[in-house]
Amino acid sequence: MDKYAKRQYIIGVIFALIAIIFIVRLFSLQVLDSSYKKYATRNVLRPVINYPARGLIYDRNGDLLVYNKAAYDLLVTPREVSAFDTTQLCSILKISKDELVQELKKARKYSRYKPSVIVKQLSTEMYAMLQEKLYKYPGFFVQTRTLREYAHPIAAHMLGYVGEVNQSQINKDPYYAQGDYIGITGIERAYEKELRGHKGVSYFLVDVHNRLKGAYNEGKNDSAAVLGNNLTTTIDAKLQAYCELLMQNKRGAVVAIEPSTGEILCYFSGPDYDANLLVGRERSKNYQMLLADTLKPLTNRAISAAYSPGSTFKTINALIALEEGTITPQTTFVCGGPGTKPISCTHHHESPIDLVGGIRESCNPYFWNTFRSIIGNYPKAEDGYKKWREYVESFGLGQRLGTEFYGQSPGNIPQASYYDRFYGRHHWNALTVRSLAIGQGEVIVTPLQMANMAAVIANRGYYIDPHLVKSISDPDNNIHQLDFKRSDCMVHADKFEQVIEGMQEVIDQTNTRYTAHVDGIEICGKTGTIQNTHGADHSAFIAFAPKNNPKIAIAAYVENGVWGARYAAPIASLMIEKYLNDSIGAPNRLATEKRMIEANLLNPNQKK
Amino acid sequence: MASRNNIWANLDWLTIGFYILLVFMGWINIYAAVFNEEHSSILDMSQRYGKQLIWIIAAFALAGVLILIDSKFYVSFAFPIYLATILMLVGVLLFGSEVKGAKSWFQIGGFAFQPAEVSKLATALALARFTSSYNFKIEKMQSIMVIGAILAIPVALIFLQNDTGSALVFAVFSLVLYREGLSGTILFLGVLVALVFILTLILQPLVTISLLTAAAIIIYYFINPKFLLALKAVAIAATIFMALWLSNTLLKLAIDTNKIILISAILASIIFTVYALRHRINQLLLIIGIYLMLVLMTFSVDYVFNNILELHQRARIEELLGIKSDPLGVGYNVNQSKIAIGSGGLAGKGFLNGTQTKFNFVPEQSTDFIFCTVGEEWGFIGTTSVILLFLGLLIRLIFLAERQRSVFSRVYGYSVACILFFHLTINIGMTIGLAPVIGIPLPFFSYGGSSLWSFTILLFIFLRLDASRMEKLSY
Repeated sequence: MDKYAKRQYIIGVIFALIAIIFIVRLFSLQVLDSSYKKYATRNVLRPVINYPARGLIYDRNGDLLVYNKAAYDLLVTPREVSAFDTTQLCSILKISKDELVQELKKARKYSRYKPSVIVKQLSTEMYAMLQEKLYKYPGFFVQTRTLREYAHPIAAHMLGYVGEVNQSQINKDPYYAQGDYIGITGIERAYEKELRGHKGVSYFLVDVHNRLKGAYNEGKNDSAAVLGNNLTTTIDAKLQAYCELLMQNKRGAVVAIEPSTGEILCYFSGPDYDANLLVGRERSKNYQMLLADTLKPLTNRAISAAYSPGSTFKTINALIALEEGTITPQTTFVCGGPGTKPISCTHHHESPIDLVGGIRESCNPYFWNTFRSIIGNYPKAEDGYKKWREYVESFGLGQRLGTEFYGQSPGNIPQASYYDRFYGRHHWNALTVRSLAIGQGEVIVTPLQMANMAAVIANRGYYIDPHLVKSISDPDNNIHQLDFKRSDCMVHADKFEQVIEGMQEVIDQTNTRYTAHVDGIEICGKTGTIQNTHGADHSAFIAFAPKNNPKIAIAAYVENGVWGARYAAPIASLMIEKYLNDSIGAPNRLATEKRMIEANLLNPNQKK
Repeated sequence: MASRNNIWANLDWLTIGFYILLVFMGWINIYAAVFNEEHSSILDMSQRYGKQLIWIIAAFALAGVLILIDSKFYVSFAFPIYLATILMLVGVLLFGSEVKGAKSWFQIGGFAFQPAEVSKLATALALARFTSSYNFKIEKMQSIMVIGAILAIPVALIFLQNDTGSALVFAVFSLVLYREGLSGTILFLGVLVALVFILTLILQPLVTISLLTAAAIIIYYFINPKFLLALKAVAIAATIFMALWLSNTLLKLAIDTNKIILISAILASIIFTVYALRHRINQLLLIIGIYLMLVLMTFSVDYVFNNILELHQRARIEELLGIKSDPLGVGYNVNQSKIAIGSGGLAGKGFLNGTQTKFNFVPEQSTDFIFCTVGEEWGFIGTTSVILLFLGLLIRLIFLAERQRSVFSRVYGYSVACILFFHLTINIGMTIGLAPVIGIPLPFFSYGGSSLWSFTILLFIFLRLDASRMEKLSY
C-alpha cells in the first residue's frame, strides 16, 4: 500500500468531526433551546378577538332602551396590499385619497404583518357595497363589531355613552386592548364590568403571507365571546319621555324616586342630547359640537349642579326643630310681612301663624325663629349649629348618594369651622347665618339630593340609597336583584305629620294650587325660589304623592323659572299625575301641560 | 461473460441501501414540505412530490444503465468527458439562460440542464485519470501545475457564470489530493487563510495581528523550545510597536494606527529574518513568510470583502458571523430555518404537522432548505439519523475507495465522498446557521431531477468501478 494510506483516517475524522459539530448544534437548537418553539407559535398563530355584544338595557317595565347594531371596521394588513384602484375605494368609503394614503402609512408604521383599522364603523350600506368589491383590494378585510343603538331618544345622561379605551385605562385593566369600547359616563360606566361581557379569542393558523389556513388545534384553544349582562333599570321610560317633553327648551333637572325602594323613576338634566349622536363615525364630530354648546348639554345637572335648596329647605328646619323640641306644631310666631326684621316675608298673611301655616305661606320670619330656636337650644351657637348640621346630613344632604353616579357633586353643608374661619371663632351666631333658615346662603344641593330629601319626608324618616339599576340578568337569564342600603334620618316618624300637612296645603290652598293641584291625588309639596344673580331666579319644587303610602317623590329645578310655582311645581305635578293616573285628565291640566311644553326659557336674560 | 453476471453480485449493496434510504427519506420530506390538502396523494403528478417520484424512478433506471457500462469506458473517456464539459461551460456562458442571477443553465424545450453539475463529475474523472498516470508524482512541480489547471479551468468558468456556490465545491478536491500525498501544510494554510479572513472581519486589525504574532512565536517555540528566545521575540515586537506608537503620539505625526501596526510587523519580521539567515534556521524563515503573508492578508481582506464579493454575499457572511443582524432581510431564510428546526424539539411535530414548513415560512424548503422539514417534523431524532446516515455513507465510501486496486478508482471514490461531504456540510450548515447561505442542494434529499441524477451518476460510476475492482484497468 502507499505511504499516504494513513490519511484515510484523518479524512474520516474530519467527516466525523463535522457530523459531531452538527449534532451538538442541533441538540442545542432543538432540545436545549425552547425559544424557537415560541417563535414558531408567534409565526403561525393569529389570534382573532371575538367581540361580545354589550348587555342590553331595559326600563323598569321591560321596555328596551339600549341595544346593539352591527358595525363594520375596515382593516388592512399592509404586507398583503398590492396595487389597487384607490379612487374607487375612496369613493366607496367617502374619504379623500390623502386620508386613505395617510391611514395606510400609519398602518404600515404600526406593523407590516398585523392588521390595523383603516376606517371605523362603516354603515351597513357602505359595507354592502364594499363587500362586493373587496376581492379587488388584497390585504383589506372587514371586522364586525357592535355599536350602541338607542330605542328612544331619552335618558341620555342616565345611560351615558361608550367610547374607545384610552391608554391609562388599558394600563389599569389588562382586559382592555387598543380599540376596545368602554363605558365612559352614566350606567354604561357604572356597570361596565356587567355590560361588557367577556371577549373570546379564536386562534387561526396563518401562512407566511398571513393568509388564514384554518383553525389551530381544531379550535380547542379557542374561547367564545361571553355576552354582556343585561340591566333592568329603575327608569320608567314613559315618565322619562314625558319629563323630557315638559322640560324641552329649559335648563334644569328633574329627579323622581319611588320612596319605598329608592328606585329612580325619572332622571333628567336639561338640555340633554340624543344619545345616538355619540355613536358611529360622526361621534367625535358630534361630541365636539356638544362640548362647544354654551347650554352645556353634556353636563349632568341632576347630580352636578350647585343649586340652593331655597324655601323647600324650610321643611327640613321645621322637622329638626320638632325633633329637638324647640317648637311644637302649635308654636306660633309673629310675621310682619315684607318689613319684618331680620328676615322679611314675601307677602302679608295671617299672623301669628302656626307650623302648618308657616309652611303653607312659606313664611320667612317663621323659619328664622325656628332656626334660631334650634341653634339657641345649645349654650354655644357653634354646638347648636353642629347639631343642626348633623340633622341636615341625615337627610342625605352634603354627601354623595348611591354608587352609580359618576361626576356626582356632594353639595355642601358648611362645617362650623367654615364660619369660624370666615367670622372668627365665637364671633358668629344664628343671626349671622340666618339665610340658612330659608335655604339660601352656603347650603348647596343637587336635584338628586332634593328628590331624595322629598323621599325621606314621604317615607317619614328614612331613605333607600337612590339607584338606577334594579337587577342584572346574565345571558342564561339568571336574574340577580340588587340590594341597596337604608338610612334613617335623625327625625322620628311621628314628627312628620304636621310638616306633610303643611306641604299638602301648599298644593291645595295657595296660589300653587292653580298649577299643581290634581283632583283625586293628594300631593304634598313645597316650592322654592332660588335667588340668581346672573338672571331670572330659578324655580324649584319638591313633592311626593299620594300623601299616604307615597308612590313617587320628585324634585324639579327649572333655571330662570322665576318662582317655584311657575314652572317647577306644574311640571312636577304633571309628572305625578302622569305617573299615578297614566294620563292628564282635566282641561285645566291639559292647558298647563301645553303651557309647560311650549315654554322656552333658554334665553337667560329674560324677565318674567 | 461470467464477470458481467458477477457485476450485480459484486455491487456494494450496503452503499446502495444507504442511497435508497436517503432518496426515499428525501421524497417523504418533499411531500411534507409542499403538502397541500387539495392534492394529498403522494403520487399526484401535478405536485413536486409526484414529479420527484418520476425523477427517482428515472434515477434508478440511470443507475442500472451505469452499472451495465464497462468500467474501462470511464478510464478511456475521462479526458474526453472533461473536455466536453469545458466546452459546455464555455457554451453556457455564450448561449445559456440566466436563472436567479447565474448564467448557468441550458434551456432546451422544457428541459433545463446545468453544466456545472456535470463539471464536478468530469473533474473528478479527469483528476482520477491524471493522478493514476505513470508520470504523476505529487512532489513534481509539473504534476501540481496540471492538477491546478484541471481544477482552475472549470472553477474560473463557473465563477464567470456567477455561480459561486458550485465553484466553491471544487475546493473540496484539496482533501482528495491530500489523500494522494498533497502536503498537509497546504491544507493547513488553506484553513489558516479562511480563519484569518473570518477573524479580520470580526476583530480589530490590532487584535488580529497580535494574535498572529503570538501564534507565530508559539509555533516557533514548539519547533525550537527555547523559552528565552521566545521571550526576546515578544519583547522585540512589543518594543517596536510601542516605540512607533509613542513617537506617533508624542510627535503628533497623525499616522493611522493600522499603518503603525503594519510597519511594526514588517520591521519585526526583518529583524527575525536577519536572525534566521545568520543562524540558518529554515523553519523560522517559513514561519516568517507565512506570518507576513497573513498580516498582509488582514489588510487586504477589507478590500476583497468590499470590492470583490457581491453585496448579497457580503451580507450573508456578515449575518453568519453576527456582525450584522437582519432577521427580516438577509437573515430571514436562516432565521426562519432555525425556527423551523428548533421548534421540532426532540421528537418533532410529526409527519405533515410542521407548521413552519407547511405554511411556507422557510423559502426554498423543498430544495435547498429541505433539512428544515426533517428538523421540524422529525425533531432531533430525525436530524441526527439523517446526519448519521450520511456519515455512514461517507465512511463506507472511504472504505470502498481504500480497497480499490487502481489509483484511478481510489481517487474517483474519494472525489465522490468529498463532493457529497462538501454539499451536506454547507447545506446542513446553512440551515442551522453554521455556514453562509450558498444555494447548493442536499444530496439525494433536495427536490429536483438535475441534482438527483448528477449525484446518482457520480455515485453509481464509483459503485460500478468498485464492482469490477478485481479487473485490471488498462490505460
